Amino acid sequence: MTAFTALFLRDLRLVLRRPGDVVVVLAFFVVATTLFPLGIGPEQNLLARIAGGVLWAAALFAALLSLERLFASDYEDGALDLLLLAPGALELAALAKCAAHWIVTGLPLALLAPLLGVTFGLDGKSLAAVALTLLVGTPTLSLIGGLAAALTLGARRSGALLALLALPLCVPTLIFGTGAIEAVATGEGFTVHIAILAALALMALATLPWAMAAALRQAGE
Amino acid sequence: MATLHFLANPARFRRFAQRVLPALSIATALAVAVGLYWALVIAPPDYQQGETVRIMFIHVPAATVAMGGYVLLAVLGASLLVWRHPLAALMARATAPVGATFTAVGLITGSLWGRPMWGTYWVWDARLTSFLLLFFLFLGHIALSRAYDDPDRGDRAASILALVGAINVPVIKFSVDWWNTLHQPASIMRLGGPTIDPTILYPLLWMMLTFALLFVLLVLLRTDTEIDRRRLEAAEMAA
Amino acid sequence: MSNYAVFIWSAYGATALALGGLVLLSLLARRQVRRELSARGLERPREQRAGTAR
Repeated sequence: MTAFTALFLRDLRLVLRRPGDVVVVLAFFVVATTLFPLGIGPEQNLLARIAGGVLWAAALFAALLSLERLFASDYEDGALDLLLLAPGALELAALAKCAAHWIVTGLPLALLAPLLGVTFGLDGKSLAAVALTLLVGTPTLSLIGGLAAALTLGARRSGALLALLALPLCVPTLIFGTGAIEAVATGEGFTVHIAILAALALMALATLPWAMAAALRQAGE
Repeated sequence: MATLHFLANPARFRRFAQRVLPALSIATALAVAVGLYWALVIAPPDYQQGETVRIMFIHVPAATVAMGGYVLLAVLGASLLVWRHPLAALMARATAPVGATFTAVGLITGSLWGRPMWGTYWVWDARLTSFLLLFFLFLGHIALSRAYDDPDRGDRAASILALVGAINVPVIKFSVDWWNTLHQPASIMRLGGPTIDPTILYPLLWMMLTFALLFVLLVLLRTDTEIDRRRLEAAEMAA
Repeated sequence: MSNYAVFIWSAYGATALALGGLVLLSLLARRQVRRELSARGLERPREQRAGTAR
C-alpha cells in the first residue's frame, strides 16, 4: 500500500467516522437549492433557465462548508507536524486529503444534483449534463478549496477568509460548468466546455498540491 | 539583478527612497498636469467615439498598471519564498492596496466608457470577468497578509496566493484574442504596430507613463511606511 | 449624439477621488506611524545597528 493510499484511506475513515458532517453538507445543498423554486415561483421556463447556475453555485457553497476543517483538525492535534516530518511527499498527503474531501463532498453532490434538477424541470439531457459537469468540475473545487484551507490555517476569521480566497479562483470552473449546461439546453454541443473543465482540473492537479504543500510547511513553522 | 539585491536591504532602501521621493513627487505632479491638459483639451475627439475617447486616457493606463502591479506582487512573492528577500514582504504589503485601487479605477472607468460606447455598464465577457477577478485577488492578498498575528506567516501565505493567481494576468491580456468579447481587441501591443492615430496614441502613452510614475511613487512611499510599521511592531513586542 | 459629458466627468472625478484618496491615506498613515515611532524615541535607526534589543 502506497503512502498516498494509506493517507487517503485514513482521511476517508476519519470523515466517515462522523457521518453527520457529510450529511450536513448535502442537506445544505438540498435546502439551498430548494429555496430558489420557492422564492422565485413555479414558472417552469424561468426555473429551467437558472437551474444550471443555481445547482453549481449551491454545490460550490456546499463544498466550501466542509473545507475549513480539512486541515484544521490535524493542525490542532499535532498530526500536521508529524506529516511535515514524515519522509513521504507532502504534496501527496495534501492531494490525498483533497481526494478524500471530493469523495465525500463533490461526488455525492454530483450524484444528488440531477435529482434536484428534476424539481427545476430540466429534461433528461440537461440532467445528464448537470451530473457530468459537476463530476468533472468538483475535483477542481476540492483542490482550490484545499489550497485556501491550507493558506488560512490558524488565521483570524479563517472561514470568511477561506471563502474570499477560494471563490474567485473557482469562478472559471463555475463559468464553464454552467456554460456546458446552457449549451445542452440550447442544443449545441458541450464537448468544448467539458474539455475545458477537464483541462482546469488537470491544471489544478499539476500545480495546487505543490502550492498546498508550501502553505502547509509555513503553517507548521 | 544587482540593483534588486542592493535595494533588498531595508536601511539602504530607506536612504534610496528618501532621496528619490521628493523628485519623483514633483515629476509625477507635472506629468499629471501635462497629461490632463493633453487628454482633456488638446487631444481631438475621436472620429467614431467622439469625446468619450477621453475616458480611454485613464481607463487603459489604469488597467495596464493594475496588471503590472499584480505581476510585481507575484515577483515579490517569489522573491520572498525563494530568496527570502527581507524587503519583498514589506513591498508586497505596500503594493496590494495600490493595485486594488488601480483595478477599481479600471473597472469604474471601463463601466462609464462602456455605457456610451456599447450601451451597457457591464457585461460578463472574458476580459471584464477576469479583470474583476484581479480585483478580488488583490483583496484576498490584502486580507490574507493581515490575517495572522505573526506577520511573517501572513506575508508568506499571501506570496503563495499571489503566485497561484498569476495565471489570471495572461488570461486578461489574451482574453480578447481567445474569445469573442464585447471588449475591443488589442490596438497597441500587437504585431504590426499600433492601429491608433498618433494624436490619440501620444496622449495615451503619456498617461500610461503618468500612471506608472504614480504607481511607483505610491509603492515607494508605502514601502517606506511598512518598514517603519514593522519596526514599531517589533518595538511593541519587545516592550 | 447626446451629451456624454457626464460620463467623462464622472470617470475623471472617480479616478481623481480614488487615486488622490490613496495618496492622501498613504501620506497620513506614514505620518501616523512616524509619530508613534518618535513617541517611543525610535525615529533614528541607530538602535538597530547597535544591536541592543532592549
